[in-house]
Parts: sequence; structure tokens; C-alpha cells
Amino acid sequence: MKRNPHSMALAGLLVAGIAAPLLLPDYSNELALLWLMILFALTWDILGGQMGYNSLGNIFFFGVGMYISAIVQIGLFYDVGMYTSGARTTHITFTTFQYFSGLGLGLLAAGLGSALIAVAVGWALFGLRGPYFAIGTLGLAIAAAELVASWEWVGAASGISMPVFPGYPEAQKLFFYALLFAVSFALLLFLTWLYSTRFGLALNAIRDDEEKAEAMGLHTRRIKRTALVLAAFFLGIAGAIFGNMIGFIEPRDIAFPTTTFNIYMVLMVLLGGKGTLWGPVIGATVFHIIKEATWTYFLGWQYVTLGLLIVIIVVYFQQGIVGWILEKYPNWFAAKPVPDERDPYAKAAMQLAARPEGSP
Amino acid sequence: MTQAVIELKGVSKAFGGVVANHNVSLTVPRGRITGLIGPNGSGKSTLFSSIVGYHPIDAGSILFNGREISRLSVPEIARLGLLRTFQSTRIYGKMSCLENLLISETQREVGIFTMFAHRRKEVIDRAEGLLSFVGLYPKRFLPAGSLSFGQQKLLEFAMALMNEPEALLLDEPTAGINPTLINGLIDRLKRANLDFGITLFIIEHNMHVVMSMASKIYCLAHGELLAEGDALSIQQDKRVIEAYLGAH
Repeated sequence: MKRNPHSMALAGLLVAGIAAPLLLPDYSNELALLWLMILFALTWDILGGQMGYNSLGNIFFFGVGMYISAIVQIGLFYDVGMYTSGARTTHITFTTFQYFSGLGLGLLAAGLGSALIAVAVGWALFGLRGPYFAIGTLGLAIAAAELVASWEWVGAASGISMPVFPGYPEAQKLFFYALLFAVSFALLLFLTWLYSTRFGLALNAIRDDEEKAEAMGLHTRRIKRTALVLAAFFLGIAGAIFGNMIGFIEPRDIAFPTTTFNIYMVLMVLLGGKGTLWGPVIGATVFHIIKEATWTYFLGWQYVTLGLLIVIIVVYFQQGIVGWILEKYPNWFAAKPVPDERDPYAKAAMQLAARPEGSP
Repeated sequence: MTQAVIELKGVSKAFGGVVANHNVSLTVPRGRITGLIGPNGSGKSTLFSSIVGYHPIDAGSILFNGREISRLSVPEIARLGLLRTFQSTRIYGKMSCLENLLISETQREVGIFTMFAHRRKEVIDRAEGLLSFVGLYPKRFLPAGSLSFGQQKLLEFAMALMNEPEALLLDEPTAGINPTLINGLIDRLKRANLDFGITLFIIEHNMHVVMSMASKIYCLAHGELLAEGDALSIQQDKRVIEAYLGAH
């Protein structure tokens, strides 16, 4: 990779990500959550920003991954129905080997399972466009929460106690921080590559004019479904990690929280600048800091503050932080290069531009 | 006789009770420029939409290289090499002009994995070449939405060429374009036809344009084929003149 602002920012983020929990051990849970928020924003932006399909139900795949992982982790060694019904009366333990092998397989199954379900969801929902797509996806997430809440085998509304981490709390914190950081950073690298390919252009083409994209022969359905599958894969893994980090999962507030995490995704991307690679990262970071600060200093008013933030962003600041910087300083970013005076082609082109319109 | 690229047989299309096309039969010969004229509302754009698959036709058949395409979807037809441009230009507004061309690359061989292919040097070169061809090279990094209407039309034309179609349906390519640019556009259309060998089928209101380019012209009125012939015979056809002047 060339030495450019983008690679340097990536390297900086990598160093910060490794150093942060060591320098601020007391905040490792908040920092882990920050990486989760970055992952939320990045996955939402694949569809919402790059492809122009505003989804209000991405949390569905988070919850699906969380439950798939739980079922795999428990089901490998115990009967899931017995485990969930006996959870309140008996204490069931996992050995270190059982814990980590279950977790590994659980994460994998969560990612692949979510991706597989995304194929079906995409097939069903991509007939909808604009606000109908948003409401359709939201309905899916709410329906999933209610469905799981009445499904006894997975503990229904009272949820599942996840296997307990075999180690000290400090080790547990660092372990889950490392997992979330690794997955989010891998996602950022993956998207860097993805947006530089033909596929990235195709996403933007669908955002700008889907009908035109069809008229030009693009496989729009396949592209849309693939985008959803990619987002679902990472969200599924994130859900599985988060479920284990929290230690207890239940459908409405943890697996499918349609009014918190689900809305934060959209908000963070809008705040940072949608349709850009770094917008979601910056938006998630700023949002998380604001959120944590309001929780600490305005307890009781935190939702009022967040609501105000939503209103301000939507009304006055739609382009987001990165969008605003792009407008102000377009040549800071490699993604939108401006002609370089030293480039002979660009120079000839600029001379051409000076000629009156219409001359061949 | 030259071979037909597009062949319509008895194509009819109605929207509710409104008959847009009735029993239209025509052929577009390979490697030529064919014109389609007719007063406003005579069903020209509907016919184009029918050909490229926007809506199912009620009756008749549409052949492309001898293959029935009236049941295929828009992207499928596009991948066969039959493309249309729109009357009101459609470009990808937030993407740069260069990106607009890069994504317009032909999709015929794009599979599950090649859709993740990197932007290749030769593709970029071709895109830049075509941008020069339509005179938009200096604007290649600007968002396409910031271009003027006429420039957007040129960009859309370049995008269509990038796709390497066999036949290209152009819906009023000169509408809304500055008159001084029109001659340049005619030259480019002719060159696309001659140098790149693309069969053109053009809806046009500007008689000067269509008469100077098309080797064969069809005239539609009230959804039906009214007359066909070369430029001279169409110009002198009484029915055509009456249709345009609205004398009935």
C-alpha cells in the first residue's frame, strides 16, 4: 500500500487500538463498546451510505448471530432446552477447552448463519425501495424479537445465561476487547479493499440511480444481496462476541434492541458522513464519547440530549463531519482527487477546458 | 439487403385504456443509423421502453439478433448488447465522471467473483479515452451531477459507448443541448456508428439532425406506424406532414 493519509490513519488506528486498553485499563469495557459502535456504523454504511438503502433493521443480524452462537456454544456440550429451563436452578459449567472451542465455532456459525439468513432476507426485502425498505427491515427486527421472546427452547423472554469465561475478570475484559477490536479493524481493512473494487462502484451506482444501473446491465439484485450478506456476516460475529461479553442474552434489550443500538447505527453514520469510509469511524467515536459523557453528567436527561443531537444532525448537518470536510477541503482525500498541475495529462486537459464549449 | 439487428413484429402496448403502440412492425438494419420520428405522444419512447424490456408487451414479438427478447428483464437485455439512453439524462450524480464510465463497463462477463475485480489500467485508459472523445476529459474528477445538462447527455452517451453495445437506442440525444454543441454531437454519433460499428436507433425531434444521419426513418403517429423510408421520401410524405401539423 502506498504511503497516503488513508494508510497512515489505518496505522494510527491500529496502534491506538492496541495501546488503548493497556493505557486505560479502567475503560476497557467502554473501549470495547466503541469498537462495536464502529462496526455498527461501518456495516450500516455499506447499505445505508454506499448503496443508498436505508435499513432500520440491521440489528436483526446482530441478534441472529448472538442466538446462533449461544445455541452452538451450549448445544455442543448440553441439550439447549434442558440448559435454558434449568438455568435458574442448576449451575452448569464449561471447561476451558469447552468454552474456547465453543466460542470459536459459535463465532464462525454466527457469521455464516447470519449471512445465510441475509440471502433469504435480501430475496424477500429488496423488492422494496425507499421508506418501504426501511419499514420492512424494521418490521423484521421487531418480529424477530417477539418471536424469540416466545420461543421456550432458547429461553424465551427470560433469555440465556452464556457460558462463563474461565479466567479473571481483567483477562475477560481484555479478551473481549481484543476480539471486538480485531473484527472491527478487519472490517475496516476489508471495506477499504471492497470500496476500491468494481463492486464499490456498483454500490454507488445503485445509490445514485438504480434504474440506470439496471439499464446498463448491472446485476443489481446480486449486488444488493451481496452487500446485505457482507453486512450480516460481520454483524452476526459482532452479536456473538457481544453476547459472550455481556454474559447474559435476552431478545428485546440485548439481542434485538431496535430503539438503541439499531438507531445509533444510523445516527453515527449520519453524524460522521454517510457514503464515506472514515465517516462511520469518526461518527461512531464522536457519538460514543457524547453518549458516555451525557450518561455520566446528565443522568436522567441522556435521551433528551440524544434526541436533540438527532434533530440537530438531521436538520442542520446532513452531510456529516467527513462530508463537511470533503466540501471544505476536497483535496485532502485520495478518493476525490483533483487534477495535479504537474501531471501532463491534467495540464493538457485544463488547457482544453479553457477552450470554448463546442469546439471538437 | 442488410441483416436486421432489431426486428419488431406486430408490437402492441396499452396502459389501461390508452393505446401507446398498436401493431408496430419495423426492422433496424445492422451497422446503420435508423431514425424514429413522430409528434409528441405518438408512442416513440414507449416503443423504446418495450424493446429494452421495461414493461411486458401485450402482443407481438421483439427479436434481437434473431432471438426473442420480449420476455427478458432490462439488465438481461442490456447484457446482450442492446442499450438505451434516456430522454431526461440519467447519470450517477454523486460519482465522478470517470467513475461513471468505469462502472459502465460491459457486464456480459461479470460473475460472482469478477464483480470484486480491481479497476484495471486498460479500463481506466478506455474510460479516459471516451471522456476525451466527448470532450469531458478535463472534468473527469468532478461529480457528474455538477455538469450542465448538455454535458450530462454527452457523459451518458460516453457511458453507453463504454458498455460496447451492439445496438444503441438514443432517446432524443440532442434535446436540450446548446445548438453549437449539436453539430459536434452529430459527428460523434456518426463516428460511433462508423468507427465503433454500433447500430444506432434514434428518436429525434430535430429534423435537421435525423435527416442528416439516418439512412432509414420510421414515423409513428397515434401509436401506429405511419410511414417509413429514406430521409427524402419521409420529408415529402403527405401523411407525415399532416401528422406533424395536426391536420386531420
